[in-house]
Amino acid sequence: MASPRADAPSKIILSASDLQRVVDRIAHQILEKTSGATGTVLLGIPTRGAPLAQRLAARIHAFEGIDVPVGSLDITLYRDDLRLQATRALGKTELPGGGIDGRRVVLVDDVLFSGRTVRAALDALKDEGRPSSVQLAVLVDRGHRELPIRADYVGKNIPTSLSESVRVSLTEIDGLDEVKLTGGDL
Amino acid sequence: MIKHLRSAADLDAATATLILDTAGEMAALAGREVKKLPTLRGRTVVNLFYEDSTRTRISFEAAAKRLSADVINFSAKGSSVSKGESLKDTALTLQAMGADAVVIRHPASGAPHRLAAWVDGSVVNAGDGTHEHPTQALLDAYTMRSRLGRLDGLRVAIVGDVLHSRVARSNVLLLTTLGAQVTLVGPPTLIPVDIAAALSPQTKVSYDLDSVLPDMDVVMMLRVQTERMQDSYFPSSREYSRRYGLDLARMRKLPEHAIVMHPGPMNRGMEITPEVADSSRSTIVEQVANGVSARMAVLYLLLGGKA
Repeated sequence: MASPRADAPSKIILSASDLQRVVDRIAHQILEKTSGATGTVLLGIPTRGAPLAQRLAARIHAFEGIDVPVGSLDITLYRDDLRLQATRALGKTELPGGGIDGRRVVLVDDVLFSGRTVRAALDALKDEGRPSSVQLAVLVDRGHRELPIRADYVGKNIPTSLSESVRVSLTEIDGLDEVKLTGGDL
Repeated sequence: MIKHLRSAADLDAATATLILDTAGEMAALAGREVKKLPTLRGRTVVNLFYEDSTRTRISFEAAAKRLSADVINFSAKGSSVSKGESLKDTALTLQAMGADAVVIRHPASGAPHRLAAWVDGSVVNAGDGTHEHPTQALLDAYTMRSRLGRLDGLRVAIVGDVLHSRVARSNVLLLTTLGAQVTLVGPPTLIPVDIAAALSPQTKVSYDLDSVLPDMDVVMMLRVQTERMQDSYFPSSREYSRRYGLDLARMRKLPEHAIVMHPGPMNRGMEITPEVADSSRSTIVEQVANGVSARMAVLYLLLGGKA
């Protein structure tokens, strides 16, 4: 996907407070759909999925006082497009102490687009253990799936054209919370 | 990313750090049940070994296999090399077979540089003559960093047969790039004149092991390479080990946190006593395990992206 020019027109889709409300809502939905997050593990996909998973765990703790195991799962070595680009640096994989065998794993990512990242994550997960089930939580679903994959928890559906790009910024990495749409004919 | 790894001098600080970080992630994967990764599926790695080797060849083979590459092992013994085939003709054969990477060990210094001109794939130097052994330096640096937490400012003594040691040369280059301070120690006959100036001007040279030990964070003992010695470089092995061997008494002169390394294979009783080699300060077995992770990192970074 070609990223638009730096001076391309852009529109803010989620402000910092919107983003916080969306994370709160997903945390509530996870609690609801997993009957109080029992036997559940949150795994964020680096880069921005990892802090999102941490935030979800923190919100779940704030709402119900439950400590959900949280970790990160790097999928770089499982990508199907490695040969199309220069070599990528690896992200961190840190599974929580109890592992994932027999648990319900909720994968967390910032943007759901082609679905190829999620496919790679499912492959990576298979090599780490055997979860009882796998769910997917994303901050933004921008459509244009290339694989039969859908999310269980969606922060915001944003209809996009392929020429546009969705940029998620998080305080932990980028210094501010924001979701921006750039490029296309805004 | 670079295309070949022929010398530790091919690596700048950023690239070397990227390899060490990647090796760390690879090491984390070694702990899980399924160690195999699909990353290099369909790629072919040829191990071209003109010299005997146990750990380096096995290590490269394990690294390539864990990344799902196809591995072809070639050793000079039992191949057309014994019928007189030249390196170039062997290289052209490999080229015709479509090798994506060639890992080469050769008794002639510079063989990997020649090979890189004859094949389209990446060339990884697994030891050439008395020249270099860059992946050994990477695994050594990785071991130091994981044991001591840093490389910048680390004081490292490399002790023994520096003259014949490709491990020493690659380590001096890499460690200096990463900010460590290297001191070469050994008998004057085994430390080439001007080696410090030739490799890196910051490198120090000493002929007295006992005076150096109290200031070191790392002591790397080198194997005395009798197979490369046509002349006598020291009066007797007993005298060598009295002056330059690491025994318990010498190990006690090291600071509390210091570690003892050896690239293997060891001459136990010559450059290192068994008590030291098997002590808790010794990282010798760890170095072998780290070798697989470091070589996985190198293969991934050379072959994992767009060709």
